[in-house]
Amino acid sequence: MSETLVSVQDMKVHFPIKRGVFMDRTVGYVYAVDGVDLEIKRGETYGLVGESGCGKSTLGRAMLRLNEPTAGKMVFDGQDFSALKGEELRKMRRRIQMVFQDPLSSLDPRQSVESILIEGLRAHGLDKGKESTNKRLRELLTAVGLPTTALRKYPHEFSGGQRQRIGIARALALEPDLIVADEPVSALDVSVQAQVVNLMEQLQEQFGLTYLVIAHDLAVVKHISDRVGVMYLGGLVEEASSEDLYAEPLHPYTRALLSAIPVPDPVVEDRRERILLAGDLPSPANPPSGCRFHTRCPWRQETKCDTDRPVLRELKPGHKVACHWAEQIQSGEIKPHEVKPILVEEGDGLSPDVPLVGPASVTEALNP
Amino acid sequence: MALLEVRDLTVVFQRRGEEPFRAVDGVSFDVEPGQTVGLVGESGCGKSVTSLAIMGLLPKRGATVTGTVTYDGTDLLKLSDKQMRDKRGSELGMVFQDPLSSLNPVIPIGIQVTEVLERHRGLARKEAMIEAKNLLDKVGIPDPNRRLKEYPHQLSGGMRQRALIAIALACRPKLLIADEPTTALDVTIQAQILSLMKELVQDLGTALVMITHDLGVVAGLCDEVNVLYGGKVVEKANRHPLFAEPRHPYTHGLLSSIPRLDAAPGEKLTPIKGSVADNIPWAQGCAFAPRCPNALDVCVQVTPAEEDQLGRLLRCHNPVVPGTPAAEEVPV
Repeated sequence: MSETLVSVQDMKVHFPIKRGVFMDRTVGYVYAVDGVDLEIKRGETYGLVGESGCGKSTLGRAMLRLNEPTAGKMVFDGQDFSALKGEELRKMRRRIQMVFQDPLSSLDPRQSVESILIEGLRAHGLDKGKESTNKRLRELLTAVGLPTTALRKYPHEFSGGQRQRIGIARALALEPDLIVADEPVSALDVSVQAQVVNLMEQLQEQFGLTYLVIAHDLAVVKHISDRVGVMYLGGLVEEASSEDLYAEPLHPYTRALLSAIPVPDPVVEDRRERILLAGDLPSPANPPSGCRFHTRCPWRQETKCDTDRPVLRELKPGHKVACHWAEQIQSGEIKPHEVKPILVEEGDGLSPDVPLVGPASVTEALNP
Repeated sequence: MALLEVRDLTVVFQRRGEEPFRAVDGVSFDVEPGQTVGLVGESGCGKSVTSLAIMGLLPKRGATVTGTVTYDGTDLLKLSDKQMRDKRGSELGMVFQDPLSSLNPVIPIGIQVTEVLERHRGLARKEAMIEAKNLLDKVGIPDPNRRLKEYPHQLSGGMRQRALIAIALACRPKLLIADEPTTALDVTIQAQILSLMKELVQDLGTALVMITHDLGVVAGLCDEVNVLYGGKVVEKANRHPLFAEPRHPYTHGLLSSIPRLDAAPGEKLTPIKGSVADNIPWAQGCAFAPRCPNALDVCVQVTPAEEDQLGRLLRCHNPVVPGTPAAEEVPV
């Protein structure tokens, strides 16, 4: 149980911002993921939460090498996954499968369920004769709670929840060790959400799976995960077991996030104190200096916050936080103060240190 | 008399060659000034269609709206298009779910805010601009002078929603209908917008109809809650009794299928079995019966009537007894 299955070391994904038509000049980078370290143990569920644009999906995709990371590596079951190439990489991919957010757009509308499920088996040489394959397909459908008559049907014939079950069956087909689920339930209605969450928990027990669940809904993540990592603007700000994180959030951002989530109970809602964050998420193309959160942090201090980027440090066993003042905030030594919202530049969000020279489009190039 | 009285509102969509579809089926509720009434339900339960019907925004062809919507003594459904246009924007405000698609992408924010002021309050452009600046200020948009000149794509999601609220509030409407105003936003931004709406209701005495699928939002904001299922209100109660003791099996099921942030570790979720596709028509009994753990034989034979039970309106033959745990584990 405590054996490490996945270890991500200093993962960075920077997307270049290109300008120009004839010569692609890179004028800046979107720092989607900017130095993340994390470890996932075999058999556990690791939850990655954060708001849109914090880089959680990009991190998940970079781990699977669906986007090539700019720097850093991922070690999977003792092997350096980032260094694998060609056939070796393809073979390794069998062991890491993904479940996507939108089940309709991640299933080919022109493929029957049978063909969707069999495709992976064939690609990895697991299709050993008609009889054994048919047996395997029936097993899979039973495991995810679909009738065997589903094999001949097409994705549009199913409801949202059932489609997500097909997506899960496709991931399960190859007997993976790790399943990366990117927002697996956010497209579903609440009553159906719970069905899929329970199914994932049951399958984990049954097949000894390891999950990386990426979601924006902290309540879902808390429910399903053993450990949770909170991301803000490309970096992890806090990591703890899901109970500790809820009982004792240490990072100001986690506190604000937890206090912002509505609880379906008026008694709790009336008593709760909200920490309202000022303003919006800064652009990842031009992230704030020092601590990424300092522009919105109600506990911001005069020193360190805007100059030094805090590293993730272990404050208590198993509870890591990236904040210079976590102890003082925890003990109540530092009091929150009001924050004025700072204007967030939308649009291309180019960093000001890169001068814009040369044509930006064909028309500009032709009519200087 | 209440500010808005909706009685027996029914919307039937009719397409040629197809069975008529009753999207909203006899919905009734009242809204008092300064009160917040919630309409909750999952996708397809008719909550958005209800709001569109009240605002008179449904197409004339294909959609038949019956019942009465009495606002301040006048039946909105009987007004002509022109009379309705005078009401919308001035007395009735609406905030939509997706701010990017409800703002005009090629017109600056300032013009879109002043448009309402010029049309309904007869202000000149210059005066309207000053008023628009105050409005943006009030909804918490920093640097409003600059923002007025910008286009919707230059604003973030939260800003756009604030601009939309500013437009809806421009003429200080007595009634505001918010259709999933925070669904497209992140939780921290959602908290900002919800606290803004709460303030507005308290300060201006606006009546608010809040349409949402998020029971958490309802718990913190609404005085009265209407739970919709299949186009009918199945349970109507004040928020405290509703959340403390949900009596309709659907409300009960919804509440036990949401993972709660303050739940004990290891607590299991109890989903509602099946999906809305399993519904039976209300004419044949209770639409929820095929998914209901409490279903009796009578549920698929007789349509349950809306009855006053224990201080709340309930549409159920076999309500949940308070204190019972969630229904048995549904096999996956």
